[in-house]
Amino acid sequence: MAPEDIVFTICNTIFMVLFAVVTLYPILNTLAISFNEGNDAVRGGIHLLPRVWSLKSYSIVIHKEGIIQGAKITVLRTIIATLASLAANALLSFILSRKKFLFKSGLSLFWIITMYANGGLIPTIVLFRSLHLIGTFWVYVIPGLVSAFNVMVMRTYMSGIPDSLEESAQLEGAGYMTVFIRIISPLCKPVYATIALFSAVWHWNSWFDAMLYNRSNLKYTTLQYELMKLLDSVSTQSSANQSANALSQGNTATANKNTVRAAATILTMAPIICLYPFLQRYFVTGLTIGGVKE
Amino acid sequence: MVATFFKGEWLSMSLSSASSRRTKKRRSNGVEFTAKEVKRQWVLIVISVFYVIYGLIFNYVPLAGWIMAFQNYKLKTGIFHSKFVGLDKFKFLFTSSDFIGVVRNTFCMGALNLIFSTITAIGFAILLNEIKNLWGKKIIQTVSYLPHFLSWIVVCGIVSDALSTTGIINELLIKFHILDDTFLFLGSKPWFWPIVTLSHLWKETGWNAIIYLAAITSIDPALYESASIDGAGRFQKMWYVTLPSLRPTIMILLLMNIGNVLNAGFEIQYILGNDVVRSVSRTIDIYVLQWAMDGTNLDFSLGTAAGVFKTLVSIVLIVAGNTIAKKTGDERLF
Repeated sequence: MAPEDIVFTICNTIFMVLFAVVTLYPILNTLAISFNEGNDAVRGGIHLLPRVWSLKSYSIVIHKEGIIQGAKITVLRTIIATLASLAANALLSFILSRKKFLFKSGLSLFWIITMYANGGLIPTIVLFRSLHLIGTFWVYVIPGLVSAFNVMVMRTYMSGIPDSLEESAQLEGAGYMTVFIRIISPLCKPVYATIALFSAVWHWNSWFDAMLYNRSNLKYTTLQYELMKLLDSVSTQSSANQSANALSQGNTATANKNTVRAAATILTMAPIICLYPFLQRYFVTGLTIGGVKE
Repeated sequence: MVATFFKGEWLSMSLSSASSRRTKKRRSNGVEFTAKEVKRQWVLIVISVFYVIYGLIFNYVPLAGWIMAFQNYKLKTGIFHSKFVGLDKFKFLFTSSDFIGVVRNTFCMGALNLIFSTITAIGFAILLNEIKNLWGKKIIQTVSYLPHFLSWIVVCGIVSDALSTTGIINELLIKFHILDDTFLFLGSKPWFWPIVTLSHLWKETGWNAIIYLAAITSIDPALYESASIDGAGRFQKMWYVTLPSLRPTIMILLLMNIGNVLNAGFEIQYILGNDVVRSVSRTIDIYVLQWAMDGTNLDFSLGTAAGVFKTLVSIVLIVAGNTIAKKTGDERLF
């Protein structure tokens, strides 16, 4: 290998390691702080390992008003909305991928336009208001049922399935629904899994709709929104004062604002990070699934 | 030829089928519009009706709501009885220094984001591709798109902790004698846009690079071999083989993202923005939100007008980008 090659390889490797460090460090750092005892954390200087171990922050977060409810709603919403929208998108994709469908181009255009022309925030709010969706759980599920983007990805995939399968089934008397449920869908498992995963992550992470439509309705708040409220109400700049007070009162194990923030953050991202290694291959194949034809 | 990527492919495919001409008796896909065919497909047609109704309600009715931008909309009088004021609201917007500043913020942050995220994604993809150790490559890649799946709330929490006076950034800067005292990054106006851009890069580089990596792996190895024969070194191969082969992918992704340059500005600006940096942190979406939620000062019409402006500009940008791409003979969306 030429000397310039060796230099390049070394530099590139160093760069990649640095990249991984920069990506992972903040997450590991937050993890360390969350397990650290409050007063000690104020001093700063905690990096990858907690200095003084304490689970107090987690117990405080779990007992914070709203977090448990937010978690319940988020889990419920993720499961229900993902399954419902998967079914809705899949069925539409199926219809649009049937080559002989009479209104194929019209229906496609109808949905493609929705991708570019969006009513905007305020008309949407006004619409939801008149549909009485505000302040309910279903405002999270119903409006997002059909996403033209997902439909197009699934449609491309379904169009790649040979017609012969559909035709031979129809020769044996199968109707369109039978073809959809028993023939096409099983073959679409990869793309279903991918779309479902994207959808689930989106629902898990959403907070804005909770803020818009359920702000005063604590019953339907979401986990991320509760996290946001928590992070907002405790800024790290005030942490020093808090801990000083606690110390003077003789508390032994404390959790200060820093550690509480860290614990809340870790709890919120834990499910995603735990499932991530097992599911990440679906995410990658999903991006290329619609287009790269062998 | 480099495989066209899914966004470009399905988009051009669906749009071309939608615009193909219909002859009198046959549909564009070669099916005769007869009663027999309708009867055969009745399931599909009936279900489609439901989808059309759903689409009309949730996607097209809000579009009709654009009329609010031309009215003096009040909740009491609703759409049908609010006074029509023509372009007054738009006139107000374009003469309000508030709104002009907001558009400037949105556009600048969007453009910075687009430019830098494209460059870093491509650069990262190319460099990662040069890593020969397969196992290391997989690990780095997996780590790289982990932040994409975190919510912006989580990421902003991490960012604001890192940038705080007790955070790691200040710590490092002081250790290396770049700073003498802690600096409050989040309270500094000139730093807000870089912070937003860098946060986007931290979160999305790995993810954005995936498509480019996939494109690179589908480049014909023969091209590299002939380049070697011609005496090309590593960098030359990157410049003369990899980059040009990536051009279609880059163009399509740029095209798709140009339409979004005014759209990508809400979550992080909302969460990290504070009173000190308001003049540079507020984006169009935040401006619209203010008119929709601020208790005493509700003005739905103004908010709608701002939203209409944003959508129209996005459409113009996409069409313009597409026309330019057509002229230069590149891949296009339609």
